[in-house]
Amino acid sequence: MGKTLYEKIWDMHLVAQAGTDNLIYIDRHLIHEVTSPQAFSGLEEKGRTLRCPKRTFATMDHSISTRSLALDACGPANQLQLRTLQDNCQKYGVELFPVGHQKQGIVHVIGPELGLILPGMTVVCGDSHTATHGAFGALAFGIGTSEVEHVFATQTLKQGKAKTMRVQVDGKLSIGATAKDIILAIIGKIGHAGATGYVLEYSGSAIEALSMEERMTICNMSIEAGAKAGLIAPDQITFDYLEGRERAPKGQDWHDALACWKTLKSDSDAQFDRVVRLKAEDIKPQVTWGTNPGQVIAVDEAIPAPESFTDPVSRESAVKALQYMGLTPGQKLSEVPVSHVFIGSCTNSRIEDLRAAAKVAARGKVASGVNAIVVPGSAAVKQQAEAEELDKIFTEAGFEWRLPGCSMCLGMNDDILKAGDRCASTSNRNFEGRQGRGARTHLVSPAMAAAAALAGHFVDVREFEQ
Amino acid sequence: MSGITVLTGKAAPLNRANVDTDQIIPKQFLTAVTRAGYGKHLFHDWRYLDLEEKVPNPDFELNRPEHQGASILLARENFGCGSSREHAPWSLTDYGFKVVIAVSFADIFYGNCMNNQLLPIQLSSEQMDKLFAAVEANPDIGVTVDLPNQQVQVAGHSFAFDIQAHHKSKLQKGLDAIGESLELAAQIDAYEQAIPAWRA
Repeated sequence: MGKTLYEKIWDMHLVAQAGTDNLIYIDRHLIHEVTSPQAFSGLEEKGRTLRCPKRTFATMDHSISTRSLALDACGPANQLQLRTLQDNCQKYGVELFPVGHQKQGIVHVIGPELGLILPGMTVVCGDSHTATHGAFGALAFGIGTSEVEHVFATQTLKQGKAKTMRVQVDGKLSIGATAKDIILAIIGKIGHAGATGYVLEYSGSAIEALSMEERMTICNMSIEAGAKAGLIAPDQITFDYLEGRERAPKGQDWHDALACWKTLKSDSDAQFDRVVRLKAEDIKPQVTWGTNPGQVIAVDEAIPAPESFTDPVSRESAVKALQYMGLTPGQKLSEVPVSHVFIGSCTNSRIEDLRAAAKVAARGKVASGVNAIVVPGSAAVKQQAEAEELDKIFTEAGFEWRLPGCSMCLGMNDDILKAGDRCASTSNRNFEGRQGRGARTHLVSPAMAAAAALAGHFVDVREFEQ
Repeated sequence: MSGITVLTGKAAPLNRANVDTDQIIPKQFLTAVTRAGYGKHLFHDWRYLDLEEKVPNPDFELNRPEHQGASILLARENFGCGSSREHAPWSLTDYGFKVVIAVSFADIFYGNCMNNQLLPIQLSSEQMDKLFAAVEANPDIGVTVDLPNQQVQVAGHSFAFDIQAHHKSKLQKGLDAIGESLELAAQIDAYEQAIPAWRA
């Protein structure tokens, strides 16, 4: 029987059987200020060393200001956390991209940008959106801080093998539908916990047609369906993205790598535990209406009534979500005004996302009463956007143009909403309180977010563009 | 770290599905650089009416007087979904919980429990109904969790639960996972020597 892509990468990294667990080698360990300090202090308490500093890369992204480069801009607690990362990186010899550095940015934006993430690698980070890197055909997943410490000390992790699910999306996307709409539609179909225990492999002609940045948007949200990781088999689009990147292999190493990468696809007779199929033509621009990413509809659909769910858990979740979101069944989202728009996050802050948003922003002005911010994913994205004068389009339309970071996706800095605020957000989570206590988050694509900013309420970007 | 074997305690009912990590411990408490002291912020948004945590929300289940001192938390489907933040189990254990019993758990949260001596137990929806009913009927009732025999006992009911052998052993013995893996250093060395240059 053939092997899946997941099984191939797994086999490449099996170090040992440790009891009933498997010990898996980790090629890349990305760290940031929030989930690493306790892991470093754990090493110190036990007198252990960091085994492979050269496989470990650090950035500042979660706790930083998007208005100022000063580490103390968001108060003493954030400053201490950032200083602690600086001190730890210096002490243990880890390369750090601090605030103000030209390579700084959101951890899941800079890793690929630098060419650090390659097909066939294992990649971990104390962050659930590590699944992003699966876009390269790398096995990438989020870990807790104890596991961060385990990787520091051993460069390995104990892992049980996951089940596999193929998510096949065939056909051609309609105008107005994007990678964000594909992944929201997938989560809507399989559910917020539908992929728990699985590694997803996205495939099919609609996935193969996507750019690397679009593939990252898809894989990024694998965790929002509960998946361990999401994978896309590497192909010429992947190789073209990587060739010449600063940290990508060069010369003979590049050729050796390519020879390996071309074998990294699921065999035609590989068995998946589950297969899910979607038609790209059916996917319309999506908007979440609830408090988990599986509570999502196409923008032209009415908000569902809780009674329409046969599963009692979904029904009860819908009742609670509608109450929190201040929405009523049957309502159209186009009738719902927004107070805030956030364009950014590890899901949608790359240059193609900003181009898509800017294309819409160029058509008008931010509606009065709407506060709209654009937060590029990295210093490099910011620089590129400014070279293309996208920043001017945004600021002339009334958006604020900020410094790179995680920002309002989770609001660990001062980019935080108040109770009752309603935000069209290109981020990945619409949990209660995610962007601020009592604040209401609707997940959308960059173009949909920009259109909502201009209209002052949700609009079908397909009509807006006509 | 000492292990878990058999414990009997009060259970607090949190009869909700999809309790996510942002609810367990919101972001404003993630700026700390230590592992201790998160219990007072557990379920902050539900538990307090104010941001300063001075006004408890009387409607929140865990604030009821009869549920004080509970060591077992009951919940529904997909408990711990969302972020990888280990602050979630840190806040639950610091509050005093030793066991969470739910219909299902998110993967990363489940793994994080194992590293923090917090026992996650999965029971069926019907079994949880009985457990919730028993605790609602008598909040002081003792719920016994027997890890060696993989049983939950309450009010004459006995529910068997599954747990992987290596998880069970880790929780029972309180093993140092890193220490165990470091014993395999020779194998890690050998693996590293065979890594091709492009993956260095």
